Amino acid sequence: MAATIALEGVVKRYPGAVTTAVDGISLDIAAGEFFALLGPSGCGKTTLLRMLAGFERPDQGRIRIDGQDMQDVPPYARPVNMMFQSYALFPHMTVFDNVAFGLRQAKRPNDEIAARTTAMLDLVKLGALGKRKPGQLSGGEKQRVALARALVNEPKLLLLDEPLTALDRKLREETRFELVRIQQRVGITFLMVTHDQEEAMSMATRIAVMDKGRISQLGAPDEVYERPANRFVAGFLGSINLFEAQVRATAPGVLMLESAEANAPLSVADPRDLAMGTPITLAIRPEKIALGTQRDPQWVNALTGIVHGVAYRGEASDVEVALASGKIVRVTAANRDRRVGNALTVGQKVFLGWPREAATVLAS
Amino acid sequence: MNTLTRGDRWRRRAVIWLPYGWLLLFFLVPCLIVLKISLADQAMGIPPYTPLIADGQIQASIANYQFLTSDSLYFFAYGNALLFSAGATLGCLLIGYPLAYGIVRAPLAWRNALLLLVILPFWSSFLIRVYAWVGLLKGNGLVNNFLINIGLIHEPLALINNAFAVYVGLIYSYLPYMVLPLYATLEKLDPALLEAASDLGCRPAQAFWRVTFPLSWPGVVAGSLLVFIPMCGEFIIPDLLGGPDNLMIGKVLWDEFFNNRDWPVASAVAVVMLVLLVVPMGFLRRFLTSDRA
Repeated sequence: MAATIALEGVVKRYPGAVTTAVDGISLDIAAGEFFALLGPSGCGKTTLLRMLAGFERPDQGRIRIDGQDMQDVPPYARPVNMMFQSYALFPHMTVFDNVAFGLRQAKRPNDEIAARTTAMLDLVKLGALGKRKPGQLSGGEKQRVALARALVNEPKLLLLDEPLTALDRKLREETRFELVRIQQRVGITFLMVTHDQEEAMSMATRIAVMDKGRISQLGAPDEVYERPANRFVAGFLGSINLFEAQVRATAPGVLMLESAEANAPLSVADPRDLAMGTPITLAIRPEKIALGTQRDPQWVNALTGIVHGVAYRGEASDVEVALASGKIVRVTAANRDRRVGNALTVGQKVFLGWPREAATVLAS
Repeated sequence: MNTLTRGDRWRRRAVIWLPYGWLLLFFLVPCLIVLKISLADQAMGIPPYTPLIADGQIQASIANYQFLTSDSLYFFAYGNALLFSAGATLGCLLIGYPLAYGIVRAPLAWRNALLLLVILPFWSSFLIRVYAWVGLLKGNGLVNNFLINIGLIHEPLALINNAFAVYVGLIYSYLPYMVLPLYATLEKLDPALLEAASDLGCRPAQAFWRVTFPLSWPGVVAGSLLVFIPMCGEFIIPDLLGGPDNLMIGKVLWDEFFNNRDWPVASAVAVVMLVLLVVPMGFLRRFLTSDRA
């Protein structure tokens, strides 16, 4: 049932557009994967999705599903279904008729249509709402109808266009787990498009981060988050502090760095043996920096600064620390205790530190 | 809870009652006057009918209505009006739907220009446009002359003073009223719905019948009513293009009123026409509102 999707050098240009929407993408997606295309708006992810659905034709390259070339296969003949961002539910039909639409179109026997539609409505927990019209449903219910309408046809590939964007925050978090559970139960290959890095990381087994029509980095969620390949990926997935630095010395597995911005010697675990003076960018995530009012002697990388701003978020606080060089470092400090009223004050002197393994070196 | 002052409430009532008052004064009252005249008898004088109350007694009779049933001419004219209107409404729909669909699908820059072309005929007089059809369709008119000149026919075709000409006139004159409401509903249709239908296995024609057409149904109904009702009362088109055999009730009404000066019978004709239209429309409306919930 699940399929192997192969994209080979796919290119799409829109007439009159300055940039190329999809600029030579090659990608293999294994059967049963939950794959995410992640990127800012205009990066080409939606165009790629629409080419897989058959609504757009690639200018160059090939799309294969289970080895079969999709070039001349129209949308209605593809073994692919899509869950639209706007859900695109048929407003003149009941929930049941919406879900049964594809099976009726495929001229399945009536008892099979009834059984499969009912089973699918139960799977998405909408068994009781079959007779309602889409206009009488909440946002979360509409989203589940859209999912059921696509899944009931047992496609080889399910495309999800920003599946959670239209839901409010709390529902979005619950639905993430729900979607993953459903995907594991039906075993269909899911391909999701999203601009929300949290959404992509929490659901997908693999992520392709896209920028300007190309894939910037491809990997498991923790890989792209912890070892971003470049500045774009590092900055797009969460926030990150970047230090411009030069290699001062190398030891086995360690680079010694000096950075005018940091105003202190730094070191990072990196297997490369780079020449002295090589300029590099050191990247470190805010939650990996320890913050204290006293210097911990165990810190290998230790900086001193003053508090520039504090944003209390409940589970954690985001703290901006100004270094002597004027560089602002962002630190996320977990609020582990329940003390109230001991918040950091702006202008207070603080110490920052992190182990060698916490930071990563970006290709400039 | 009630924070409205006396003045506010009066203003609110005024806003509601102003249009109702207008309709009452200029629509319902004239209708009642027509109903009253239909119950009177023809008389020589001004006004040319007998008063409702004479010698302290109500002088009302349904004789005019009985007269309508006695002459098959009226039955024939009513039937003709409904048949012509129904046929021409269907014609308007068959031409207007593809037209509206085409305009909606046209590039954005073209749409306003195309809509303007649809309503452009309104800028010249209705009567002149119907007369122009006489010039086109008559024996030595433009159409026949053209067909003879290119050698397609040798004798002029009978294009005028028949049912064909009435249909041409009705469809031509009322087409814009069909296109505009259809355009309005088709334009609101989310293109993602058609993509969804295609994604779920519909070829373009199937997507049209399962999604586009059902969703444009309110426009179909609105456009059909908008052309059907005024067509039923039409008298210029059957008079100028239909000839003596293609009588419609509007023409009969005109003759009773202006040629025979029989106001009571003319009024009875009008009242029966109103009942014939309003009662089915009431049912249709009910059927449509229950369907759209």
